[in-house]
Amino acid sequence: MSTAEAAPPPGIAARLFSSGAHQKLLAFASLIALLIGFTLASPNFMQMSNIIAILQATSVNGVLAIGVTLVIITGGIDLSVGTLMTFCSVIAGVVLTYWGLPLPVGIVAAIAAGTLCGLASGTFVAKMKIPPFIATLGMMLMLKGLSLVISGTRPIYFNDTPGFTDISRGSIVETIIPGLPIPNGVLILFIVAIATSYILGRTILGRYTFALGSNEEAVRLSGVNTDAWKMAIYALAGGICGIAGLLIASRLNSAQPALGLGYELEAIAAVVIGGTSLAGGRGTIMGTLIGALIMSVLTNGLRILSVEQEWQTVVTGAIIILAVYADMLRKRRTS
Amino acid sequence: MKPIIAMKGIVKHFPGVHALADVSFGLLPGEVHALMGENGAGKSTLMKILAGIYSKNGGQILIDGQAVEIGSPREAQDLGVNIIHQELSLMNDLTVAQNIFIGREPRFSFGRLDEAALNRKTAEIFKSMNLSLDPRTIVGTLPIAKQQMVEIAKALSFNSRVLIMDEPTAALNNAEIEELFIIIRRLKSERVGIIYISHKMDELKRIADRVTVMRDGQYVGTVSAAETPVSEIISMMVGRALTDAAVVVPELGDAPVALEARGLSREREIRDVSFSVKRGEILGFAGLMGAGRTEVARAVFGADPLDSGEIHVHGKLCPIRSPGDAVRAGIGYLSEDRKHFGLATGMNVRSNIAMASLDRFISTIGALDEAGMRQAAQRYIDQLTIRTPSDTQEVRLLSGGNQQKVVIAKWLLRDCDILIFDEPTRGIDVGAKSEIYKLLHSLAEQGKAIIVISSELPEVLRLSHRIAVMCEGRLTGILPGGAGTSQEEIMHLATLRESVTQPLGAA
Repeated sequence: MSTAEAAPPPGIAARLFSSGAHQKLLAFASLIALLIGFTLASPNFMQMSNIIAILQATSVNGVLAIGVTLVIITGGIDLSVGTLMTFCSVIAGVVLTYWGLPLPVGIVAAIAAGTLCGLASGTFVAKMKIPPFIATLGMMLMLKGLSLVISGTRPIYFNDTPGFTDISRGSIVETIIPGLPIPNGVLILFIVAIATSYILGRTILGRYTFALGSNEEAVRLSGVNTDAWKMAIYALAGGICGIAGLLIASRLNSAQPALGLGYELEAIAAVVIGGTSLAGGRGTIMGTLIGALIMSVLTNGLRILSVEQEWQTVVTGAIIILAVYADMLRKRRTS
Repeated sequence: MKPIIAMKGIVKHFPGVHALADVSFGLLPGEVHALMGENGAGKSTLMKILAGIYSKNGGQILIDGQAVEIGSPREAQDLGVNIIHQELSLMNDLTVAQNIFIGREPRFSFGRLDEAALNRKTAEIFKSMNLSLDPRTIVGTLPIAKQQMVEIAKALSFNSRVLIMDEPTAALNNAEIEELFIIIRRLKSERVGIIYISHKMDELKRIADRVTVMRDGQYVGTVSAAETPVSEIISMMVGRALTDAAVVVPELGDAPVALEARGLSREREIRDVSFSVKRGEILGFAGLMGAGRTEVARAVFGADPLDSGEIHVHGKLCPIRSPGDAVRAGIGYLSEDRKHFGLATGMNVRSNIAMASLDRFISTIGALDEAGMRQAAQRYIDQLTIRTPSDTQEVRLLSGGNQQKVVIAKWLLRDCDILIFDEPTRGIDVGAKSEIYKLLHSLAEQGKAIIVISSELPEVLRLSHRIAVMCEGRLTGILPGGAGTSQEEIMHLATLRESVTQPLGAA
């Protein structure tokens, strides 16, 4: 209306202090504080080799968390990402070791398997209207079982596929910049993060991801085929789990069919610490990345300080509650 | 002139309800056609069929003389039919521009978004509307009136031939309504047909060409807006002359005051509101949407904190900080949203009636006294004539009117003698309405103090012994009930704005 003042354009400052950015800032500040704290507490912490170890440890959980972030922004949840990751690594094992096909075929097969399983979850949720929690819980169990069935409950090793371990452990970066041994796994994490960030921020798929989480009925009434887009988002998240499956298999030089349960919760924890709202509609990949880093910095730092593993888990749990509580406090103040 | 839209013999069933029966409606190009009727008359249902949101069970829709089937909102949009919903349907986390072009985003190859074009197009629409708003503003940060303008901009962006506006001015202030009317007149001159749903008579007189009235899912008639007196339109809506239904105000001269509120204030929602209600009295609260009536009720009930003000119950100052305090003081609140706040719909009648008084039905070992609860429930089923097969029937299987009675029973069992009813007949069919009215009157005769909030003026007039009218958080006047008070007097007070009105967006 001409009677009212125009809102100021959201400049850099406004963006920095918008609600999403605020939480990211909080998470980022916590990460810096942790880094400083551990550096002061132990001289071994801020070593190049240790930083690389932290990044490497973040890669699998980070990639999984990015996939889950997409689903959570739509207002859903994906509990199947952990066992889906394992399923994809088993598929890679079957294709590469059992069938002896070349490496690129195995990579494509793992990612395709992830995408298809994601599409299946998406179909349960969008078409069959099963609540995401239940649909992906069922998917989680089915995939856990299938991984064991397909592999005959035994690990599948990749000794016959030269170059498979390089997916995660090799370092293209070091061949280009000598002295900077950033492993490929970390590189892949950042590539996945940047690509997903781009999809979320700049493409139609990303737009509908936020729109679905914000007000699904309104999107539907706008004439958008909400079911199809939701399925696409779950499929993309599944494909990203396929990448995580390749990363973990490469790191272990094997597909471990019994692995995977529990990874989904770590991934969701990273998403939540990174400020993505479980109610949907809001979230960033940057936040998730920071969330995943906070978790691995904590684990690593506490280990260096010789804190027992059991206590590390307790601390991680407390951090999740603190992170969400801080977010609630901020929201209450601003509303 | 050939009509753009002709709806003939439209029939719609919902489970257990005959929502529309043989309804016809026509729209000419360049016409503003008002659709009127009481809440639940079927206006919104008819329009949702036209907009492709509901499918019809019978009848025919012609657009430009051609029979069409409108199967989805997208198909309606493709036919040039757009609807601005009564409930805002925006995505709060997205920007204004992203909302307006949802589903039609300008894009590059590979699904990449052309955000610059998106914002440019939106700015152009705003310019044509004389609306100064940054396309990149997040919708959730805007006041409701601005969000309403975003909805209108969205509808305009489709180059609609038919625009359905469902109560578009409910959240707008006078200046904003003027702007909306300018836009409507411009659309008229571009031969867009506009269907305008509103309860505000003065607006219809100013903007509408024809008026079609619906009642109980049926077509009543179509008349010229300019030549038909308001009273005639109203009697078409309610099916009788309004004065016939007026309430008999009892003589309450020396009855004790049950509840008195003094200077209630809460942020911008409630501004210095004072009123009292006597035992045996029904005090009606009238006002437009967002006037602050529900906010007052919630504050009295302790659901929202007050910034200042006092509440006296039976002459004693009573600090109410929580709903628990209010219930202990004998105040019961019957929310407008029974399903969310009033009932555990999955539980049975007995449990619901006993819900607020469970401490009375605990045996010495801490078990619940089912026999006692059954007796109590049966007493109220008889007293309020709740139609249910038994007290173990799940509440969700009862009709709206009987659900409402269960809520009333719950508070009566709790010995509440001050009852606040927020939209007591929302979602209740007409037959059951008069039963609820009778029930409220008999409760008053038994000495209960009753506050009724209603958006339906005929209902306020039919129930209230006195009528408190609110506008923008202020109590603008208290009118006597009965035949002496007209809808126009209430509407006058309901739109009585402060002389210096802050534009909503500027604060």
